[in-house]
Amino acid sequence: MRVTFTVNGREESAEGVWEGESLLYVLRERLGLPGSKNACEQGECGSCTVYLDGVPVCSCLVAAGQAEGRQVRTVEGLAEGDRLDPVQEAFVECGAVQCGFCTPGLVVQAHDLLERVERPSDAEIREALAGNLCRCTGYEKILDAVRLAAARKAPGKETVA
Amino acid sequence: MDFLRPTTWEEALAAKADQPEAVPIQGGTDVMVEINFDVRRPVALLDLNRVAELREWDLVDGVCRVGAGVPYTAVIEDLGGMLPGLAQASRTVGSPQIRNRGTVGGNLGAASPAGDSHPPLLATDAVIEVESRGRGVRMIPAAAFYLGVKRNALEPDELIKAVHVKPASGPQYFSKVGTRNAMVIAVCSFAVALHPEERRVRTGIGSAAPTPRRALEAEDLLARELDWDTPALDPALLRRFGRLCAAAAAPIDDVRGTAEYRVHAIDVMARRTLTWAWNDYLGRRAA
Ligand SMILES: Cc1cc2nc3c(=O)[nH]c(=O)nc-3n(C[C@H](O)[C@H](O)[C@H](O)COP(=O)(O)OP(=O)(O)OC[C@H]3O[C@@H](n4cnc5c(N)ncnc54)[C@H](O)[C@@H]3O)c2cc1C
Ligand code: FES
Ligand code: FES
Repeated sequence: MRVTFTVNGREESAEGVWEGESLLYVLRERLGLPGSKNACEQGECGSCTVYLDGVPVCSCLVAAGQAEGRQVRTVEGLAEGDRLDPVQEAFVECGAVQCGFCTPGLVVQAHDLLERVERPSDAEIREALAGNLCRCTGYEKILDAVRLAAARKAPGKETVA
Repeated sequence: MDFLRPTTWEEALAAKADQPEAVPIQGGTDVMVEINFDVRRPVALLDLNRVAELREWDLVDGVCRVGAGVPYTAVIEDLGGMLPGLAQASRTVGSPQIRNRGTVGGNLGAASPAGDSHPPLLATDAVIEVESRGRGVRMIPAAAFYLGVKRNALEPDELIKAVHVKPASGPQYFSKVGTRNAMVIAVCSFAVALHPEERRVRTGIGSAAPTPRRALEAEDLLARELDWDTPALDPALLRRFGRLCAAAAAPIDDVRGTAEYRVHAIDVMARRTLTWAWNDYLGRRAA
């Protein structure tokens, strides 16, 4: 089948999509957007997290046909040209990236958290990232990065505990 | 494989009647795992995402009607006041990404004994609205909906349309044992709901029998002996309640826990949730 949807603001079409295929597969293998990672295909690791109509979801669990006519935003769509999103910048600065496999999913999920909550508490950060598995960093640097991004995006605001 | 995309409920029912072997897909958090791992190769997927009315909820004649496609995130954010037990259970499902897609309707469709929505649905006497093109609507009480491990009362041409639950008239609590806070299937779970105006208590046991089930004898015990007018919850009554809830379970040993552990945990969770609910009830009565 053919699936047409908007990815990072551009209308994209994929041909010959198998009906049981995931949105993740279409993004990576048909549209050449390898940012979202495929690590488990069962919703356990969050590496494939993308926005679907503004809501973060595991793209490995969305049937490609379910994305027809909808808006998808991937990690590739967070930066503006060469200017990284504050979350991406903070991940780099804080050393929250080692092998980088989990990073795209974490960045999208953290981005969503900071869109909804200006200065999240540590508990809120941990809760928001509970579905994103990192095999390398031990999470502390990831937490640092989210705190830093929050501080930069909403300067002067206090963290509510 | 076919990919069917009805845009209205009538079209969805027609598609299911014409092709009963089509597998409905809502959030996909169960269906897609099975397809990705080749556990299941359905001849057709019936995508329900375009049927807008499945994503709605409203209050009709004092009963909250939650569309089968309402994701857990909406249950938590919008329905926590009216359906605190279901909202509390929804909060423990998977991760934010899973809760953004996963639905109570899908939980009922999958009918896993470990599904987190089942115990609170049982404890609140929820009724499942299902429909087929040929035979119209059936209203199935939650207690009659679960037939066996991953088997429910749906006929091949039927779809789940909504869940009907009365807004809470008293405290409701859900408790779940897992190996960590997030992303775990329940080792076992328990829900309790106080219905003060009728002076009864309802229960729901999860992941400790082939189907989710109520602890009927434990409910009867409280109907007979719980004194709604005295502040203190009699410790002996509480112990008997816990034991009867545990006795209602019929768990197996599996990778997540032993049967013995599950029976013990149900006893503990039953006493704990009833105590929380009772203290809450007293607090509200005093206020
Ligand atoms: C990583 C991960 C963690 C999870 N954690 C939990 C957890 O903690 N607790 C828990 O309970 N579950 C958990 N689940 C399982 C799953 O998220 C839930 O069962 C969820 O409620 C399924 O909803 P869905 O809309 O995604 O269902 P889908 O996958 O779309 O469908 C599930 C089943 O229901 C059927 N179905 C769907 N809609 C209808 C309908 N309207 N009429 C008839 N049949 C229908 C489908 O055909 C399928 O058999 C988890 C899953 C994943 C991947
Ligand atoms: S690849 Fe989708 S959650 Fe792991
Ligand atoms: S940096 Fe390697 S998985 Fe997270």
